[in-house]
Amino acid sequence: MMSFNKKDFISINDLTASDIHHFIEIAKEFKKVSLKGIKKVPTLRGKTAINLFYEPSTRTRLSFEIAQKRLSADSLNIAVSQSSVIKGESLRDTILNLESMNPDVFVVRHGESGAAYFVSEVTKASVINAGDGTNEHPTQCLLDIMTVMEEKGDIKSLKVSIIGDICHSRVARSDIYGFAKLGAEICLYGPHSLLPKLIELKNVRIAESMEEALRYADVIIMLRIQKERASYHFIPSIEEYRNFFQLTPSLLSLSAKDVKILHPGPVNRDVEIAGSIIDDNKTHIFKQVENGVAIRMACLYILLSRQKN
Amino acid sequence: MQSLLIKNGIVVDPVTKTEVKRDIYIEAGVIRDAPPEYKTRDVKVIDVKNSVILPGLIDMHVHLREPGFEYKETVKSGMEAAIAGGFTSICCMSNTNPVNDSKSVNIFLSNKADSLNLINLFPIGAISKGLSGTSLSNMGELKESGAVALSDDGNSVEDSALMGRALLYARTFDLPVIFHSEDTKLRGKGVMNEGVISERLGVEGIPYIAEEIGTARDVMLVGYYGANAHIAHVSTAGSVDIIRRAKKDGIKITCETCPHYFTLTEDSLLMYNTNAKMNPPLRTKEDVAAIKEALADGTIDVIASDHAPHSESEKNTTLDGAPFGIIGLQTSLPLTLRLYRENKLSLSDIAALMSLNPAKILNLGNRGSLQNGFLADITIVDIQKNWRFTRDKVKSLSKNSPFIGEKFTGIPTGVIVGGNLISINQ
Repeated sequence: MMSFNKKDFISINDLTASDIHHFIEIAKEFKKVSLKGIKKVPTLRGKTAINLFYEPSTRTRLSFEIAQKRLSADSLNIAVSQSSVIKGESLRDTILNLESMNPDVFVVRHGESGAAYFVSEVTKASVINAGDGTNEHPTQCLLDIMTVMEEKGDIKSLKVSIIGDICHSRVARSDIYGFAKLGAEICLYGPHSLLPKLIELKNVRIAESMEEALRYADVIIMLRIQKERASYHFIPSIEEYRNFFQLTPSLLSLSAKDVKILHPGPVNRDVEIAGSIIDDNKTHIFKQVENGVAIRMACLYILLSRQKN
Repeated sequence: MQSLLIKNGIVVDPVTKTEVKRDIYIEAGVIRDAPPEYKTRDVKVIDVKNSVILPGLIDMHVHLREPGFEYKETVKSGMEAAIAGGFTSICCMSNTNPVNDSKSVNIFLSNKADSLNLINLFPIGAISKGLSGTSLSNMGELKESGAVALSDDGNSVEDSALMGRALLYARTFDLPVIFHSEDTKLRGKGVMNEGVISERLGVEGIPYIAEEIGTARDVMLVGYYGANAHIAHVSTAGSVDIIRRAKKDGIKITCETCPHYFTLTEDSLLMYNTNAKMNPPLRTKEDVAAIKEALADGTIDVIASDHAPHSESEKNTTLDGAPFGIIGLQTSLPLTLRLYRENKLSLSDIAALMSLNPAKILNLGNRGSLQNGFLADITIVDIQKNWRFTRDKVKSLSKNSPFIGEKFTGIPTGVIVGGNLISINQ
């Protein structure tokens, strides 16, 4: 039944379109576990997962940890600030040492692109990329696809507008590849200083204006703007971003009534998106978070129960 | 508003590249094909008696000194000089005090222009906050409050990363960026072109490569990032070559020169003449020839004055002590007409360089042509008249021109702004 037999999940491009469907089917099953009275299955009993987070994270770290606990895996968190990393240990040495304790999977979040791949080359254990630099966040992509599928059914031919800081967003990169793989048409918008220069995919284009991106969309994915982008001159100021790139209720009225709004979080209220849009329950942010646990359960399950050669 | 009929003009149109004797009919501030029954209407007829009719001249590079330096020039005195020079629109640079890096200065300027109700004023906002070269100005806000372009003119933005991001961010708002192309460190404390004359005078020179390195960098930035970009005050043969090649390579860039760069050379500074001190500095006769050539072959898109008023006391000092810049609004057209007499430029070339092209580069609406439907901004020129530019004719508050005392042939005799006629130089 299962075709996916890779050790690691580093990039959304590690998955074929049918792999993505398969992951989401499994996730739908696991989603039921979270809705039961006893939210635990023995699926991964005896497996050890290490969550290695080199960057601050609330949602993703907790989501993985809950997923592991609901699958009965033993889960360990390493907060880098309290580890030997600050004593100067290299990433490679950290992994080799942890490897000696025979974990089954590393969940890695790191500020540098390619870090998860680097770890996967060092260890025999499975590695799940929980976000590497400005490269990818593949589990976020899967949970976004799952959330949209629940609302819209098929992804094929859906019009997805991704708005904001595209060029620094690992979520945007994974979403672009993932949604495109399933046949969506993708439209990007943001200040030109935050748009990618080279996009190779043919069903991805750049909108001329916010209005165009909104009119076009069946799905809107708003991205977080990081405050430090202004200090590095990608934008003049947060006020300017607020004035010209915020999704406001009046701009939103340009979109179809049943448009689905996603945001990977954490949200800067009234910067990239008006707080009232969230408060009026017009977004699927909380559904995304809920599906995040199911997707991570599916990822852990698929990687750890694969046929070993 | 009364309709106007301008009779017996030689109408120069840069779009069709024609110079034809015909009438122009203006209704509600717009040029229209005269309806058959117009004679029965209330029409004011002006017989211009074979004067040349140009689309209203646009000077896209003017330093009005208001706010902040009203002793040098005000919006009012600058506009009066512009009118005397035949301009119906001017664009003012951002280096005022406060710097035009926010909507408050734009609003101040547009209120001022509205209350004066003389000619069109299009402000240019700053690229960087406070012209600091260290952080971007709120470009969206500047556009929304009326800026037609962005420039830190007077300063180059040294930080190439910042400049690159400025190009990208400005592109989001379709705002053209105007480069002051210069390697500032290479200019150093130089006061004039580095060469035989600076050597003879014993003053510090500005090597021409200071401009050319800046030009090359800016062309490369535009080639890489793409943007609506324009290079201000091109003065050297090398810069012209760089831009000519860039255009040939398909890089979308435009540029301007100023009348002094095709008229004067560094020889003008022989007597330590501070009224010939500007930045970029006057160059050599080879450079002058190259600028003329580039105007003729279309490499240079615009003639702008870089009108830069400075008070008597500021200029009446040593070459080192005097600030850079000369006034130019009243001498821009007369100096350009010399190129017409030299057969370097046709009248429709001049109309393109001084009206159509700036209107296109800065998206100034329906301006720059005399065809049906264009706004009735018009400049009427007596191209035969001999006259002398004397000090008492200077409308600017500042008199820092190297051309005072100069004889000219050709002078604007009237401007029409949005259908309203203002007679001048009568």
